[in-house]
Amino acid sequence: MSRKYINRGDRPTKEGFGEGLLASGSRHPEVITLGADITTSVGVNLFADRFPRQFISLGIAEQNCVGVAAGLALEGKIPVFATYAVFAALRTTDQIRVSVCYNNLHVVIGGAHAGLSVGPDGATHQALEDLAVMRVLPNMTVLSPCDATQTKIATIQAIHEVKGPVYIRFGRAAMPDFTSEKQLFEVGKGQLLHPGDDMTIIATGHMVWEALQAAYLLKKDGIHARVINIHTIKPIDREIIVTAAQETGAIITAEEHQVAGGLGSAVAEVLAAAFPVPIKFIGVLDHFGESGEPKELMKKYGLTDLAIVKAAKKIFTLKPNL
Amino acid sequence: MIHPKVLDPLLLKEISTEIRKSVITTLSIAGSGHLGASLGLADLFTCLYFAILNHDPDDPLYQDRDRLILSIGHVAPILYTTLARVGYFPEAEMATLRKLGSRLQGHPGREHGLPGLELSAGSLGQGLSVSVGRAIAAKMDNESWRVFCILGDGELQEGSVWEAAMAASHLKLNNLVAIVDRNGVQIDGKTENVMALEPLKEKWKAFGWEVIECDGNNHQDLLSSLQMTNQFVEKPVVILAYTKMGKGVPMIEGDYHWHGKAPSKHEASLFLKQLKEETG
Repeated sequence: MSRKYINRGDRPTKEGFGEGLLASGSRHPEVITLGADITTSVGVNLFADRFPRQFISLGIAEQNCVGVAAGLALEGKIPVFATYAVFAALRTTDQIRVSVCYNNLHVVIGGAHAGLSVGPDGATHQALEDLAVMRVLPNMTVLSPCDATQTKIATIQAIHEVKGPVYIRFGRAAMPDFTSEKQLFEVGKGQLLHPGDDMTIIATGHMVWEALQAAYLLKKDGIHARVINIHTIKPIDREIIVTAAQETGAIITAEEHQVAGGLGSAVAEVLAAAFPVPIKFIGVLDHFGESGEPKELMKKYGLTDLAIVKAAKKIFTLKPNL
Repeated sequence: MIHPKVLDPLLLKEISTEIRKSVITTLSIAGSGHLGASLGLADLFTCLYFAILNHDPDDPLYQDRDRLILSIGHVAPILYTTLARVGYFPEAEMATLRKLGSRLQGHPGREHGLPGLELSAGSLGQGLSVSVGRAIAAKMDNESWRVFCILGDGELQEGSVWEAAMAASHLKLNNLVAIVDRNGVQIDGKTENVMALEPLKEKWKAFGWEVIECDGNNHQDLLSSLQMTNQFVEKPVVILAYTKMGKGVPMIEGDYHWHGKAPSKHEASLFLKQLKEETG
């Protein structure tokens, strides 16, 4: 439990998606992948090359892609539609809401290049609102795995285990790959990655690694922060969150997303009703991103281990005496 | 058992009249709903469910059935009335339309359990994409059933319809039949004033579709047009069905104000009387 996670080498989480998709396609002719032109950059090309009869190119027409996916799902296929998260989740929101979610169809939507870390492309291509929008749709499951290895496992489960509509978010920038394929991964169950009783850092996606680094730094100052990975934004693991609040008395959330509507909001909704404690939110504060290198952007918008450490030290003084 | 086909236009016309009566009565009980387009589509829906589609009201989900996707969910009353008349559920249930707890939602919602619904829909511009997906699945599995998608003409102003139209011809989906209710009006007025659609035939042709034009209120013309749709080998086909909103009730025919309105009890009795006079 208290072992230190080691980065085996930086890898983009989109590689995990591509690998998971590839693993899901063999012996499953019902898995059909839809292409909206940018198949290589979202990791769908491997699947398309290996299973050409299970791949349909539909061009730059995301709204149509989602409707076609719904039609395939109605006939028992398992359609997977992946493109940049800004388009996959936001351009198509009404199609996802009505054709997919209202019909409660098992359609897998992959949101690639999510978050600020997509970098130089700038604000139009930096999805910072996708989790918020996908999370409010009835019937939808929302996944936000923390590294390439976990994205592979989450992709396979999204395709073969989850029932109904599912959105899975992943990124482009090479980021630390530190979880193990053997680690228990259950949709809807948070993962306790690091023990601690002074406070809890609840993180998702790329920010999980930053949260771990923050916990290691805090330990040197004698502060023991618990770290929880919430890879499933919906349905969220209430139990692990409430227990953390009860046992540690203060919460920090960390996400590469708008604070409004994302992980921070989801955690606050749980705690406001069940066990209110002080919370600090690390995320983007009602702002668009901009061009820059991934690491530069993460630093500018306060999405780093040091920003978490700072918030942790502050919240430590706000904590009620338990 | 597949529903037996009725191919006598006179008999089909009688059925359409009964369906129109039910639509008028049902909407006056509901107090809201789309009367005009529902009446205009009565002849098309009669021909589809009584003469063209392979379907089985006793086994609504049997694999080889033809799929009818209603993209314009707002004309749910004509779909429900036809489904009831052809035997999917008791006609008495029509009185629950748009009421709390009903299986007959204002726009079709499958989760409420009404048999015969192929899609929950109502947000315009989505049905043709879903139809393309189903037609692809049929091709992949070498199945012979077909997909029929009912679109409104105003709906063609949605860009996503044309994304789907492009995909259908690109993928050579000759098992897909789109039917456009070309009644020429939408809520704000005439389509050509709100946002012009013409030249509509040329638009579909340019998108790679076979185009058939027909009088959507003439059973003989509808039957021969619908029967032609299975002879194309490489292209999807669209029928531009020229209908009259409010067809069957002369005092509201062609009047766009009746697009989204339901008749009062008094109006309903007037309309039923006019319908009777029209059909003898």
